[in-house]
Amino acid sequence: MGEKRPRSFYLLAAFFTAYVLFLYGPMFAIYILSFQGPDGGLTFPMNGVSLVWFGKVFSGSGIVDIGAAFKRSLQLGLVVMVCTVALSVSAGMAFRRSFRGATFLFYVAIASLIMPSIITSLGIALEFRLLDDFIIKSGVGDWTTAMGLFTSGLGAHLTWTLPFGLLIMFAIFNRFDNRLEEAARDLGATPWQTFRHVVLPIILPSVVGIGLFGFTLSWDELARSSQTIGSVNTLPLDLQGLTTTVTKPDIYALGTLTSAVSFLVIFLALVVILVLQARQRRHGSDAGKGMV
Amino acid sequence: MMLVFSLFFLLPLLLVTIVSAWDYNEYEMIPAFSMRGYSDTFEGCIADLPNLCTILKTYLKTLKLCLLTWVLTLLIGFTVAYFLAFHVRSKTWQIVLTLLCTIPFWTSNVIRMIAWIPLLGRNGLVNRGLEGAGLIHQPLEWLLFSEFSVVLALVHLFTFFMVVPIFNSMIRIDRRLIEAAYDAGATGWQTLVNIIIPLAKPGIVIGSIFVITIVMGDFVTIGVMGGQQIASAGKIIEARLNALQFPAAAANAVILLGITILIISALTRIVDIRKEL
Repeated sequence: MGEKRPRSFYLLAAFFTAYVLFLYGPMFAIYILSFQGPDGGLTFPMNGVSLVWFGKVFSGSGIVDIGAAFKRSLQLGLVVMVCTVALSVSAGMAFRRSFRGATFLFYVAIASLIMPSIITSLGIALEFRLLDDFIIKSGVGDWTTAMGLFTSGLGAHLTWTLPFGLLIMFAIFNRFDNRLEEAARDLGATPWQTFRHVVLPIILPSVVGIGLFGFTLSWDELARSSQTIGSVNTLPLDLQGLTTTVTKPDIYALGTLTSAVSFLVIFLALVVILVLQARQRRHGSDAGKGMV
Repeated sequence: MMLVFSLFFLLPLLLVTIVSAWDYNEYEMIPAFSMRGYSDTFEGCIADLPNLCTILKTYLKTLKLCLLTWVLTLLIGFTVAYFLAFHVRSKTWQIVLTLLCTIPFWTSNVIRMIAWIPLLGRNGLVNRGLEGAGLIHQPLEWLLFSEFSVVLALVHLFTFFMVVPIFNSMIRIDRRLIEAAYDAGATGWQTLVNIIIPLAKPGIVIGSIFVITIVMGDFVTIGVMGGQQIASAGKIIEARLNALQFPAAAANAVILLGITILIISALTRIVDIRKEL
């Protein structure tokens, strides 16, 4: 490849730009529309600019209890994030040595990733339903259900986030220099010290990435939640319900708010990753660069 | 980790299979062996021959949507990945542009679906624009809540799953191979067909598995973008669940699972996933 860019470069660059526009265009359309004036409808043109619809979302008039759903989604997202990070990192460490069932676990994780969500969701719902039946039959008085946000809901989300976490850990350790650990051991570090002072600082940017995946995937998860969340709804579920009933731009306002949370989390995570990487560069190590 | 997967993935799958062979009535399931879940699903199929019954039509339609989405995501994903891998030269730009493609993946799917409504609706931007240009006189009805909008949304949502694995394969292709091809007098097209595509095949297969399995089981996108009017394999399960017919839903899930596994095993004949990480 010479210095001059071939003509195909410009064609492909144009194609790429079109793709990015295709990705972002519609999203920005609703962000703009959510600032629609009080008389505005669901489509362009804008009838003035206002924050009316955001006010509607917060006061909750006409919509189901969004504030509560918002909080529930946030809590669940944080719990899923913590579990995903903890389990992925420990599984990632375990996979570096071969252990019994390693291949099996790997294939299970992949299967969990590509299994149509509705099937997983249905299975978990059945599991808890049968458990409930069993408990009621065995004579516990006023048992209602074991299904809920932090039992079946959490489990359903983990089947979706853990495979991503595991794959990212694989990607990290494929590029990890094992001699660093050997050096630490030779210097007399205990396994925990080795992990804490050598391995963790190197993989930290990627671990933040796993957390980012864990939170955002849970925050937006819909198909797996649909049957497993119990009697209450998460934010995406409410949003989906609203698509068929709402005819006012308050749904856009809600969408804008939800995206704002996503973008905030993404932004924070990226900043943390960049800061960590900059620190690594200052200290002269270049291992574990990049997220995926 | 194994515990989580056992509790929330393997056990549920097992239960789905077992329950699919249970009997049921209007309001509860009966733990007794019965093929009613399956026979109800295919009700009237034999009587209707040679015409296709509803369930087969639905699966064919799902396959058709799946195929369309697959072809489109593959073409777009491959082109985008090719551009990122071979035409973007600095590492920083590569990371920035890849992130640009990834960020929407971290935001809500539902919102990205809703986002099409102001564009495609009867009074949406596209219809207004075409009317303004004098190309049409009545709004195009097929833009929203149609198969067109479903495929559009699916492509919009899931091309990302093609871009990443294909890019990952391409980035590992040894540049010297391409230079060698040029030196040997190959045209750009010949290089693409004879060198890059075969070497990027693992990425293509992995991306295809993602897209196909997602679309086969999808009921949300098809529901929202199809105005809840278009049937698909996933939507049958959802409808059965809403009617609390768990065994019937489970039977459908087993059928769907079977089809998906068939497709995947056909695809994995071509590559070994584990080697590619």
